[in-house]
Amino acid sequence: MKASQPAPPKWAERFLCWYCRPAILEDLQGDLYEYFERNVKAKGVKRARIIYILDVMKFFRIYTVRKPEFINLLIHWIMIGSYIKTSGRSIVRNKLFSTINIVGLAISMSVGLLVLALISDFHSYDNFHENKSRIYRVNTTQQNSDNSSINLATSSVRAGKRIKESVTGVEKVTLLRRGFGGDAKVGEAVIPLSGLWADETFLSIFTFPVIEGNAATALKDPHSIVLTETSARKIFGSRNALGQSIKFDTTNYVVTAVMKDIPKLSHMYFDALVSFSTVDLAKPDLDGDFMSWQNIYSNYTYILLPEHGDVQTVQASIDKISAAENKVQEGQPIDLKIQPLKDIPLNAKLGNPIGPSMNGIALWILGGLALVIILSACFNYTNLSIARSLRRSREIGIRKVMGARKLHVLAQFVVEAVIIALLAVILSFTLFMLLRADFLSMSPMLQNLLSLELSPRLILWFILLAITVGLLAGILPALFFARVNIIKVLKDISSMQVFRHINMRKALVVVQYTFSLVFITTTIIGYNQYKGMISYDLGFTTENIVNIKLNGVKGDLLAKELKELPEVTDMSRSLMVTSLGSIHGMQVKYKDDSAGVWLNLIDENYLPLHQHKFVAGRNIHAIADSAKESEVIVNEQLLKRFNIAKGDPEKAVGEELLVDNMRLTIVGVVKDFHYGTLLRSIEPLIMRYAHIQDYGNINLRVQTNDWPATFAKINAIWQKVDKVHPLEARFYSDQIQEAYNQFSVMVKIFGFLAFLAVCIASMGLLGMVVFSTETRLKEVSIRKVLGASEVRLVYLLSKGFIILLVIAACIALPATYFFFDKVVLVKFMYHEPMRISELAWGFFIVMLLALIMIGSQTLRAARSNPAEVLKNE
Amino acid sequence: MKGTNLGEFEEIVLLTIAALVNDAYSVAICDELGKNTGRSVKLGVVHAVLNRLEEKGLLKSKLGEATSARGGKRKRFYSVTSSGKAALLKAREMREQLWNRIPDFILKGAS
Repeated sequence: MKASQPAPPKWAERFLCWYCRPAILEDLQGDLYEYFERNVKAKGVKRARIIYILDVMKFFRIYTVRKPEFINLLIHWIMIGSYIKTSGRSIVRNKLFSTINIVGLAISMSVGLLVLALISDFHSYDNFHENKSRIYRVNTTQQNSDNSSINLATSSVRAGKRIKESVTGVEKVTLLRRGFGGDAKVGEAVIPLSGLWADETFLSIFTFPVIEGNAATALKDPHSIVLTETSARKIFGSRNALGQSIKFDTTNYVVTAVMKDIPKLSHMYFDALVSFSTVDLAKPDLDGDFMSWQNIYSNYTYILLPEHGDVQTVQASIDKISAAENKVQEGQPIDLKIQPLKDIPLNAKLGNPIGPSMNGIALWILGGLALVIILSACFNYTNLSIARSLRRSREIGIRKVMGARKLHVLAQFVVEAVIIALLAVILSFTLFMLLRADFLSMSPMLQNLLSLELSPRLILWFILLAITVGLLAGILPALFFARVNIIKVLKDISSMQVFRHINMRKALVVVQYTFSLVFITTTIIGYNQYKGMISYDLGFTTENIVNIKLNGVKGDLLAKELKELPEVTDMSRSLMVTSLGSIHGMQVKYKDDSAGVWLNLIDENYLPLHQHKFVAGRNIHAIADSAKESEVIVNEQLLKRFNIAKGDPEKAVGEELLVDNMRLTIVGVVKDFHYGTLLRSIEPLIMRYAHIQDYGNINLRVQTNDWPATFAKINAIWQKVDKVHPLEARFYSDQIQEAYNQFSVMVKIFGFLAFLAVCIASMGLLGMVVFSTETRLKEVSIRKVLGASEVRLVYLLSKGFIILLVIAACIALPATYFFFDKVVLVKFMYHEPMRISELAWGFFIVMLLALIMIGSQTLRAARSNPAEVLKNE
Repeated sequence: MKGTNLGEFEEIVLLTIAALVNDAYSVAICDELGKNTGRSVKLGVVHAVLNRLEEKGLLKSKLGEATSARGGKRKRFYSVTSSGKAALLKAREMREQLWNRIPDFILKGAS
């Protein structure tokens, strides 16, 4: 047969061989080939190939298919004892390789376990609700005029009531309202409580078991309150809570039920529930029209679908309601979308969340990174096993002579890999238990969100992970061993082509080191960026400033007491603390131009205390409560936005802005500073004078050498004024650090992953170096005898590895640089420039570790006594 | 009754194999069938029928010599067994009987 002759597709032929009974295989193959040849002549090669494939598929019939050979399974069963025994022996015999494999797999799997525990937590969220699969929340999307949109977990009361009245195919609807809270007074005791308003269907939709009282009627009457077990105990101690009354402000509430505490994995939290009819009764008009379609900020609507209810029809009827309402109402259009309960904890993009939640993408990224680490450890196993095959191949030869089939050898090595993975998972379980606490304590957000408790199901998943990892790591070496040629192995072992896969193994080393370098440089850059963020020049000073939150405490009273302290050198009050991410805004008009700008309310000491720089004009003056407001301070961006006096600050002073229907004169222009976080650009802003009393902050400038004592003094003063609430006094710099906490968490996670990746890659490299120097020991000895110097030998042995590392660096470093430059840092409006030295440091650390690894082994080989080596054999 | 009653297609296949004498292997059978009946015959169908007939004991087969054609794969040659021959004769006999009973004038004018 000529080589140029067209042949049918290889894989189709192989498929035929695989499924067809051996008895009829040969002539069937021949028949198909004959037809193929004919078709090549008649219809061309392409068509003939397609017809061949179709024919192969068509012949997949009952009478052609090979019956499974049960004898094979039986042999596997009998041999499993032998597999385990030989695996055990080989593990013990090669201590170094076994350790590298087990430890590598263990530390990589510990991350895998963590991710599994995370996923399991999110899956078991709200599982205690019997109706979990049927509960949906109504979320709101408001389209803004500039094409952006606001997504909220809340919806308007009107929407909830309309759904209740007019949507068919919904079994129950419950309305919740957030923001109930205050000091519960019973006799002398005062305990702060917070909770939700809920209507009477709430307890029938959600499964919160009631211990005392009637669940059906508990939330029916106005001024009813349902307490959780813990809050009941806090208020009443061991006394019976049912039927007692609790006073909030001036209103009395009656405890109608006590319910079990909310389990940890619940998407909503509250200390108490108050009947929604209380809100209806009060007819509040606090934030706009209570029943307005546009009032989408304070209410939650949950619906319960009937069994086998149709989500689409319900969504369609809700869409109809929104369409009808949007037509009638003025303002931005509002869309309602129902979201299943199970999706809530993994959807952190919604505003006004009812409880903690996490971004689903973050979970995917974490899972992906864990996979990379685990694969890296699997690479090690594959790499080392194939490298060592020289030693095992004689065993396989004997096995094959004794009658082992390919499949049996395959099974043996897969079993061995699974055993190693199972040993590793025990170790990684211990690691996981240690890591768990550290992981949770990284951020209070995680602590609220997750429990990471063990459960039998989770343990099962762990074992499953170990088995999968074992299969993944073992399949390539197993395939390699299964193909070993008996005659070659038994006759002349040196002819075995161990190094046939050398390129693949080199590629694996490069991949491992690329990932290690990416992780480590990411960590270094991330850390520097984070450091840069928290020490960024915000345009004002935060040094030695302590902010005290006024939780309803009279500002004047506290200020008077605090002034007595000798350590307090300066004091001011403001509505909010800037640069932490929270924002206030309002509409401002200049001539005919109107725009939304950011706002802070301050007193006359605020700007000097924070050392804001004036570009023009002067500080704001204090005014008496009765006097009319007339002054405003603006920033440079505001001048630009309204083009006041063509942006000349000196001339802008004296211009008038229309704010809240009042004409306010610009008396000062401050230099631009960071009002929001560094992720936002600096935008127009005004600062107005206000007499901050109950809500807001007191800013203290403190001069002291003994911070704990000063804080104790401040606390003592607070205790005098307010006995119920704890003091919330924080350093400004700490608050800023907290505002960027998410980045610190990310850096920590990446740092940990980088550590693991480097460890695993180093161990893999060590194994490779040990192996390759061992096999070349004789060569080295002869070279030495002939006069090669140690330095030359070390160079000879390590050259190959160093080239691999350099290749890895050439891929990883530019990739990381561009990733940060083009993807990550563009998300931050203000950031420190990235420095090449950061990349260099990462490279340096990894290289140093690798060089130690390579150097120590090659040097040992180079120093070995040639007489000893050559004498053997 | 199994093994004695032949379907129409089965009968034709058996007859073709008998007619081909020493050269009856699947592709040749297929071609011959196509030539004689004028309809296109798929290999898959013939293959299945051959398999069934062999199971019924009406056919037997053996592998031929390997040649360089057919990708070096051997052909499987079929021949009719004695019970196959008996089945064919019985089918023919049954037809003859029916033919004989038909008076001549019934079929007059058909061709």
